[in-house]
Amino acid sequence: MDFSTFLQQLVNGISLGSMYALIAIGYTMVYGTLRLINFAHGDIMMVGAFLVYLAVSVGLPFPIAVVVGILGSVAVGVLTDKVAYKPLRDAPKISLLITAIGISFFLENLFNVLFGGVPKAFPAPEYLTTSFKLGEIIIPIMVVIIPVITVLILGGVLYVLYKTKYGMAIRALAFDIPTVKLMGVNADYIITIVFSLGSALAAVGGIFYAISYPSIDPLMGIIVGLKAFAAAVLGGIGSVTGAVLGGFILGFTEIFVVALFPELGGYKDAFAFFFLILVLLFRPTGIMGEDLDRGRF
Amino acid sequence: MSSALLKIHNITMQFGGVTAIDSLSFSVKEGEIYGLIGPNGAGKTTIFNIITGNYQPTEGNVNFENEIITGTKPNIVVQKGIARTFQNIRLFKSMSVLDNILIGFHNQTHYTYLEAIFRLPRYFGHEKRIRAEAMAILDEFNLTKYANHKATDLSYGNQRKVEIARAVATKPSLLLLDEPAAGMNPIETADLSNIIHKIKRDFNLTILLIEHDMKFVNHMCDLVTVLDYGEKIFEGKPADAIVDEKVITAYLGDFTHA
Repeated sequence: MDFSTFLQQLVNGISLGSMYALIAIGYTMVYGTLRLINFAHGDIMMVGAFLVYLAVSVGLPFPIAVVVGILGSVAVGVLTDKVAYKPLRDAPKISLLITAIGISFFLENLFNVLFGGVPKAFPAPEYLTTSFKLGEIIIPIMVVIIPVITVLILGGVLYVLYKTKYGMAIRALAFDIPTVKLMGVNADYIITIVFSLGSALAAVGGIFYAISYPSIDPLMGIIVGLKAFAAAVLGGIGSVTGAVLGGFILGFTEIFVVALFPELGGYKDAFAFFFLILVLLFRPTGIMGEDLDRGRF
Repeated sequence: MSSALLKIHNITMQFGGVTAIDSLSFSVKEGEIYGLIGPNGAGKTTIFNIITGNYQPTEGNVNFENEIITGTKPNIVVQKGIARTFQNIRLFKSMSVLDNILIGFHNQTHYTYLEAIFRLPRYFGHEKRIRAEAMAILDEFNLTKYANHKATDLSYGNQRKVEIARAVATKPSLLLLDEPAAGMNPIETADLSNIIHKIKRDFNLTILLIEHDMKFVNHMCDLVTVLDYGEKIFEGKPADAIVDEKVITAYLGDFTHA
């Protein structure tokens, strides 16, 4: 592999890693507060991409469609919590987990019924699909936009978590929900904030994904969601910075495995999970996971 | 008794077939330190959980500042001015001591999500003010030097103090302390009772406490109610409680011979 190919793969890795990171943040925040692995989270990214598709097809300009997609995903994410998870707050965690899998199937099949299972071309505007040349390497514009927006969003999330009273309450919820209520905090409202934030980020990730691999289908959230979940576990589930780190590591691994061993290209998904198993053998709580105690924001 | 801040009126609490509290009534006047004592399982903590809205009593009601608060959600009860601590310490362990206190200010910080994100002046003004207030509370408890330590790194006695400080941060008029001296050595207990008297005065508090340590109760409380199997068996001055025959048989038998 010569140097320009290396650079080319590097930017690709950053871009793919950013997408995993955006989705992994939602997994990790919900897990951090509710101890729930929200398997429906991957499907929220699909919802985001489909809502943008729908908004564009009814004639809205792309930027407005993106806003519609994000707000719609937030609504779906929050509604999921209110309808499916909230009644189970005091139930065993396994009931929550099974409910999450149920919601995941529900969303996939709902969109299958509404839009059909045939992949659809994503209506990305031309100014987002162009590329420019930097010396020898060709850089699609999205490959630059995605990491920049991801870093901005990550900064925003960390700011909310550590510098505002909402973040303070989110971090405290990870330890003890009843006690947080006794501090006068409306815990349900804070959980709604967590789901809104996570769903918004998943929608952004989904839209990025749809622009980069310009087709969408109702099952697109499954494998990407699973990998983002793997990224969250790799980074240490419960930790936001860990999720981002895990996302990038997974993105790079996937890109470079294919670049170095093109004949193994078909196994790239398997390789991501193999890598996860390898890391967990040596660090069972993930890279940023300190210990098995509650709360790791 | 118009000056009663808290009135427990005829509370009965049943869990399945078990009656944890049986038609209990008592009232706490403003400015009092009131003790709730009794053997383990007598229903003391259950009363706390009813007052703070964690449990809905089977019968009866809780009246606070001439308003019935039974059935109110825990986070609303706090806003009305009732704060509590726990028998087993429940701090936010790996957060700093200062952050633990700041959570108590949640409802006193009036900025919105957007103001915080766009860092508008109101956000800075409020953040600065509550940080100063939180430090003042820590100072009251002689905990200033631990402000940036992780809560879990503090000694047991200091963790108890942080828990009380966190409750005080919610600006209560009534403070419920669940066995504040449990597990403390005599020196820490003496220090704690000084601090409780001090914060009662400085923050204008009324205190309802659960305690086993009779020396502590005797020293602290103006009045006590003694519970046994959910029933009130004595109400009056702590000095009279330890010579009351019913109390002795229920609970303090060993104490008088000790």
